[in-house]
Amino acid sequence: MSAVWFDTVDVGDELAALPIPLDRSLIVAGAIASRDYQDVHHDAELAQAKGSKDIFMNILTTNGLIGRYVTDWAGPDAFIKKVAIRLGAPNYPGDTMTLTGSVTAKEAGVDGGGVVELSVVGKNGLGDHVTGTVTVALTASNGERPQ
Amino acid sequence: MSEQQGMITATTTTTTAPYTADEQAEFLAALQAYVGQEIGIDQHGPDPVNTPMIRHWVEAMGDTNPIYTDEAAAAASAHRGIVAPPTMLQAWVMRPFGVDRDALGPNPYADLTSLVESHGFTSVVASNCEQTYDRYLRPGDQITLRTVIDDVSAEKTTALGAGHFITTRQDYFDQNDERVGSMLFRILKFRPAPKVTPVPARPRRPRPAKTEDIAFFFEGLMEGKLLIQQCAQCGTLRHPPGPMCRNCRSLEWTTLESAGNGTIHSFVVVHYPQVPSFDYPNQVVLVELDEGIRLVANTLDVPRDQLVIGARVRLVVERVDEELALPFFTLTEPTPATRQDDR
Repeated sequence: MSAVWFDTVDVGDELAALPIPLDRSLIVAGAIASRDYQDVHHDAELAQAKGSKDIFMNILTTNGLIGRYVTDWAGPDAFIKKVAIRLGAPNYPGDTMTLTGSVTAKEAGVDGGGVVELSVVGKNGLGDHVTGTVTVALTASNGERPQ
Repeated sequence: MSEQQGMITATTTTTTAPYTADEQAEFLAALQAYVGQEIGIDQHGPDPVNTPMIRHWVEAMGDTNPIYTDEAAAAASAHRGIVAPPTMLQAWVMRPFGVDRDALGPNPYADLTSLVESHGFTSVVASNCEQTYDRYLRPGDQITLRTVIDDVSAEKTTALGAGHFITTRQDYFDQNDERVGSMLFRILKFRPAPKVTPVPARPRRPRPAKTEDIAFFFEGLMEGKLLIQQCAQCGTLRHPPGPMCRNCRSLEWTTLESAGNGTIHSFVVVHYPQVPSFDYPNQVVLVELDEGIRLVANTLDVPRDQLVIGARVRLVVERVDEELALPFFTLTEPTPATRQDDR
């Protein structure tokens, strides 16, 4: 993972695209790790009986992947303040979701740190699975950190 | 959450046909009355924030941020110790396995859902999720969730069908009753747009190639007659039609109207391949007309077990569409059932 500082980030900076192969195991592992036992997230037959084409990723996993994507870029000192997402095309097994993101706003706080706003999109073969805004607090490159 | 995700595009306000404006306003007022109501049931996390669950989460997400699992790295970071991934907020209070959603018991949200469903908005899809984190959670934190109905929209038209957006606000509190995070969750309860599955128009039967030699045959059928080509010189009948008599080589010909009686000389029952303009199994007979020529045609109302070689049949001319009539053969009298192999 990389790391960025408030004073080294500019509006318009892009995050490296992250393709995530959506295999069945990831969808099930995400559902179980988030304690989401809804059958549509692990049982293909029951998901189909409910009109879905297959099992699909639950929302908590989408949130978790976005959190990961943002701190992969921002680094361990970043604080995620807010994740606001709009949901679209389901993430079905066999597809790939590619996350992309860019810095859309920047607001300085105290001590040289501040808050940046990121626009994040997760696109799969059907369209936009998720479009969202993530707010992250970043420290200054010369900011104080525990030793 | 169980809510299924789906594409929700353009939304505009609309009025619903089945209700009068007054009923519509009354329904909307009833929905609005729920806004601001607390569900009134605290949902406690079964376990405090803990590192095993954090590990399961970061493994599934492929998240290598060391602040979640590496004591030393976490202590050296701005977080000053192990923290839980913030997006894991909801996971700490998820309903246990084997406990269904009705287990909460009666509450305003369940009542609101019933009211909306009673108006036909029975399907559900999640549209938005907005999490705000007041602080990162640490191992040992004990999380409690309280839910408030935040908003109920007027009826909207969406790509999925007409519906109402319902937004709940879920506030998360720690063991000191301080808020640690909040989540706005919006679903669309909608009336599924009726799926219009167009019934494909049955393709017409293939058109015959109407040459100069054969046009009389189909024109005769359009008038309800089965015409047989006959040599004008020697009187020999021939079918299928052709330009020259095979007996005397005369090019002169006329037609004879068949009386329409005959015998099944042979038959075949076609199962595959299936062409959409025919019914299957498709019974095709070679009929020997009493006039002495043989003709290929379909059967009409002939049970498979009575379709036998030697059976007496009679002609029925049927219009199959506005420009085509064809000969069919039906049994003159029922024959004893002597089923033969189809293939």
